[in-house]
Amino acid sequence: MTAVTANANSLSWYEASARQRIDALVDAGSFAEFIGPELREISPHLAIFDLPEQFDDGIVIGRGRLDGAPVLVAAQEGRFMGGAFGEVHGAKLTGLLRAARALEQDVLILFDTGGVRLQEANAGELAIAEIMRAVIEARRAGVNVIGLIGGRAGCYGGGSLIAGTCSRLIVSEQGRLSVSGPEVIETNKGIEEFDSRDRALVWRTMGGKHRYLIGGADTFVDDEALAFREAAINALKAGRRCDVTVLEAEQTRLERRLQRFGAAEDAVEIWERLGIDQPTEIPGLPTGAFLRAAANRENADDAR
Amino acid sequence: MTLDDILAGLFPNGSKIDMTGAMIAGQATLPDGKPIHVLGVTQGQPLGADEAIVLAGRVIEIVKSGDRAPILFLVDSASQRMSKRDELLGLSEYLSHLAKTLLLAEAEGHRTIGLLYGGSAAGAFIATALATGTLVALPGAHPAVMDLPSMARVTKLPIDVLRAKAEATPVFAPGLDNMVLTGGIHAVWDEAAPLAPQLAAVLQRPQGQDDRGRLGTERGGRRKAAELAARVAFAAASHHGARHG
Repeated sequence: MTAVTANANSLSWYEASARQRIDALVDAGSFAEFIGPELREISPHLAIFDLPEQFDDGIVIGRGRLDGAPVLVAAQEGRFMGGAFGEVHGAKLTGLLRAARALEQDVLILFDTGGVRLQEANAGELAIAEIMRAVIEARRAGVNVIGLIGGRAGCYGGGSLIAGTCSRLIVSEQGRLSVSGPEVIETNKGIEEFDSRDRALVWRTMGGKHRYLIGGADTFVDDEALAFREAAINALKAGRRCDVTVLEAEQTRLERRLQRFGAAEDAVEIWERLGIDQPTEIPGLPTGAFLRAAANRENADDAR
Repeated sequence: MTLDDILAGLFPNGSKIDMTGAMIAGQATLPDGKPIHVLGVTQGQPLGADEAIVLAGRVIEIVKSGDRAPILFLVDSASQRMSKRDELLGLSEYLSHLAKTLLLAEAEGHRTIGLLYGGSAAGAFIATALATGTLVALPGAHPAVMDLPSMARVTKLPIDVLRAKAEATPVFAPGLDNMVLTGGIHAVWDEAAPLAPQLAAVLQRPQGQDDRGRLGTERGGRRKAAELAARVAFAAASHHGARHG
């Protein structure tokens, strides 16, 4: 067997493109793309809005190896249409997940998305529903579906609901996970409800540290491609079932969260209730110190 | 039709359904004497973490009962609740959890039927109606991802321009007809005909694979999705075969 190597150079996950992330994540030279840009499978709908298409419709899918093990990979490109789900973009991920179930191969989803692409909203919404069903069917066949969240566009809207179906989630501080984005809440409910320009509020309400602390993500990593790679290798070793026992455990976990934190007005109050000594310091802590402070976090082991 | 009219029409043999806030939960008897579970979100209310966890808990109880009876999920909601509190608590997990329990129920042998009889939008639509095995609607139902005025704001296009574009394609504009054409809704019931036999007909359909992509192709509203997903699966299998062949 050939030695397993990754591309060793330091790479910010947040700054990287979808293709750079895949190259840095899987074993060097192991990635082979399905339905690549040479096939020019573009969105048939963007022209209606005089918007430019992209030959991969903002998502790269294929197979590769992770520490020697065969995996299927999908990476969204947040710099094209905010990584949003349209008909083609969504169908590529649906097809990959159905293949994962048939081939019994684990899947890595590199989220970078604002949610449904409004210019093809109905197709995008249905793609989300089809993907969620395909994730659960794959998991029930014994396949691991790992979500990685740390991209520029975050993981919003329907993307956040897909993330909630994954067996494990890896997140960096930059990874935001939320259904409604800050601007959507502000537009609909007013600036008193959510001031989208208050960046500190956005990060502590939706960012990776908060999600990790409340059990919304399983692993917290630096904004480094190699850190995501190591975490993904470990995540593949964890549980993957999706049966009534797992969902009952998730029910208990989410009920407990509402009971414990449901009256909190701000993330800092939740962190205080978790027993963190200096909760206001959390946003500024480097990874090592943050993980030590997070020792008593809520976790989602076998309950996702 | 009001919720009471719908329930009376669906279950002439009677039903016992409790309402808690905007949520309903209970049981009814089908004309053939078999039981059916009834759940729902009503009154056009938003779906937040507090509601999703109660509904999911009920679905888990049903699955654990092992009765394999079908579940009818009635939907007349707004979108997901847009609030700082819900997002702070991790709303995405609550909505996904509800969807997962419905997908689990279907996989464990309960037929899950969604009945959209009012509005629904975005995350609430995905977590409820779109997570059922078969989704049907009553005339007048109005699903949406986003309303056109909001869409005009986000896309920076005048609403008249959006309306004109919506005439040419079902792919983006809100509405029942568009959701039918894109394959999201299996059938729209006839409200002038008795509802119970229409439910019985849906329950007689064999449980099967996700056929929304195929419906979208056949109806012309989503021509690429099914074909492309199949090609991806084929490409993956070919690579797989090549490696081991």
